[in-house]
Amino acid sequence: MSRLKTIVRNQHGVQPLRGGHSLCQGCGIPMVVRTVLSTIRQPVVVVNATGCLEVATTRYPTTAWNVPWLHVAFENAAAVASGVVSAQRALRRRHALPADEDVTVVVFAGDGGTYDIGLQALSGALERGHRFLFVCYDNEAYMNTGVQRSGATPFGASTTTSPAGLESFGKAQRRKDMTAVAVAHHVPYVAQAAATHWHDLSVKVERAVAVDGPAFLNVLTDCPVGWGHEPQFSRHIIDAAVETCFWPLYEVVDGRYRLTYLPRRTRVEEWLGSQQRFAHLFRPENAGLVRLIQEQIDADWAALRARCDEELA
Amino acid sequence: MNDVRLLTGGEAVAHAMRQVDPDVVPVYPITPQTPIIQTFAKFVADGRAHTEIVNVESEHSAMSAAIGAALAGGRTMTATSSQGLALMAEIVYIAASMRAPIVMALGNRALSGPINIHCDHSDSMLIRDSGVVQLFAENAQEAYDLMVMAPRIAEDARVLLPVLVCLDGFTITHSAEPVSLLPDDDVARFVGPYHVPNDVLDTTRPTTQGPFAMPDYYFELRRQQAAALEAALDVLEEVASDFGQQSGRRHGALESYKLDGATRAIVALGSTAGTVKDVVDELRDEHEPVGLLKLVSFRPFPGRAVAAALASCARVAVLDRADSPGGTPPLHAELAAALYGGDVELAGHVYGLGGRDLHPPDVREVFAGTAAPHIGLRGERCLV
Repeated sequence: MSRLKTIVRNQHGVQPLRGGHSLCQGCGIPMVVRTVLSTIRQPVVVVNATGCLEVATTRYPTTAWNVPWLHVAFENAAAVASGVVSAQRALRRRHALPADEDVTVVVFAGDGGTYDIGLQALSGALERGHRFLFVCYDNEAYMNTGVQRSGATPFGASTTTSPAGLESFGKAQRRKDMTAVAVAHHVPYVAQAAATHWHDLSVKVERAVAVDGPAFLNVLTDCPVGWGHEPQFSRHIIDAAVETCFWPLYEVVDGRYRLTYLPRRTRVEEWLGSQQRFAHLFRPENAGLVRLIQEQIDADWAALRARCDEELA
Repeated sequence: MNDVRLLTGGEAVAHAMRQVDPDVVPVYPITPQTPIIQTFAKFVADGRAHTEIVNVESEHSAMSAAIGAALAGGRTMTATSSQGLALMAEIVYIAASMRAPIVMALGNRALSGPINIHCDHSDSMLIRDSGVVQLFAENAQEAYDLMVMAPRIAEDARVLLPVLVCLDGFTITHSAEPVSLLPDDDVARFVGPYHVPNDVLDTTRPTTQGPFAMPDYYFELRRQQAAALEAALDVLEEVASDFGQQSGRRHGALESYKLDGATRAIVALGSTAGTVKDVVDELRDEHEPVGLLKLVSFRPFPGRAVAAALASCARVAVLDRADSPGGTPPLHAELAAALYGGDVELAGHVYGLGGRDLHPPDVREVFAGTAAPHIGLRGERCLV
């Protein structure tokens, strides 16, 4: 059966995340959550960091979740997941849970809850080797609180705490390479994916939940409000991030890098020009910055290709 | 049958944990709590307990993992002190709100700064309003006993809240005393199996736990949580009676020591109660009508029982091992509220911050009404 059919079939029964939530039009987060959860065949428990997804889906006394869902705070989702997984192990050993009952613990956190405030708890959980899947929905800023700069915000982006102005071109620092940070923990599966490349994402989820240990997925997704675009262009814009090599799609299995998609390598203007947060970069005085961003992307792409063991067919 | 051993308070707590045999124990080291987790880790390494130890990277993650484990159906215990409690304070509040029946030993230690490793109660008082139960031990035996009682209180359907067993850093955690241990089977029977009403791992009956509550529901949810803490007073007395039958030692919310006919009394928490008892004995021999009210339960605060216990007293002195800069120290404030409207003279003293000892002559001065507001504090001339 094709992957699309599988996902549709899995969604046909009870949807893990149903409609009625208050995420914005054009927000990529529900696409990521549904693709991830509809790929996993065994029962799941979702642990959610504080953020858009949590706030928009669980306003008491309502819920959009049809799977067990647990939220404690912003910075500790990976630690909470460690506890759930450890209880599961202990109960299985005591025969209080059936040995063959496989419940997959999936964490969803935004880039703030992953790159910044959640980094310590995530690092600890990856190092300890718990069997869980951590999915970062990376929309490159603190969107829930109103578009503030994070460690994932790209160089040159204007946010409410790194605004472009007469003496500023937006964020003056490069974004953190969180995928590489996860790889440095020697975990069995790490991948970078994008919300709109659902087939690629789904394959990665399947591989991630099959490994005996922690898995980390860094999934780029858009935020129409924070990025400054009309909701109907989400897909086009996320695709532009991939095609320009701003956000390459690859996986790292037991430390071995592999590209999973060969991008067209279009000019970075295609990506930058689609969003209001980069509009100031196209002013004449900032022309050098666009060139600089292109050079950074080219250098990163060359370094990634050099790390990949096999060429993509 | 009567297994008496020479144990430090930390070791005694670890033995209680071994006998309870929890499913999950997240651990992170901090003085003076560390002997608890390392003694317990060795029990697990030797197969004497069957627990998943989670070597977390901070106390913040210790409490976070504890919530995940407790709500996923695992009996969960942990331990901390001072800065560790301060770091996890955010999550202690949420543990109470999520009604996670976690048991935590707290080796009481002064908060920084300046950094200090010795005992006071500023760490406990930092989370005074978090909604958790806080029980104070006088010695190693009580620390052991309260640790065995704690799961029953925490997991009672009327409570479902974290329970902290507080033991004074070094004075109790590191001092060896004879401790009588119950037989392992008796403890296992006493605590019984663990059960949470809404198991997060139950995928056939999915629950949404830790949702977002706005002004239309937040107040009601907070009130439910406060009511559960109030209910813990009755549950504590029930569990204390059961434990008393089992062990011959009963630890209710408070202990009245020679308060019959007393006209002067001291109110104190923790190991200081032992020092005060010695002085009470001496003064009673000298025909002074003095007594001690030892509080075991600081949260919930047994206000009515406190007022009743002190009914005969004309003067009450409160010993606070924590200050409230710019306000009234916590225990003093509780006593002022509990005794309000009565005809009693109330004095408050702050003592023992950062591990400074309280000596029997100091306690005599408190009873005599001649002690300073800050007992044992030297003048500014001692500072360089």
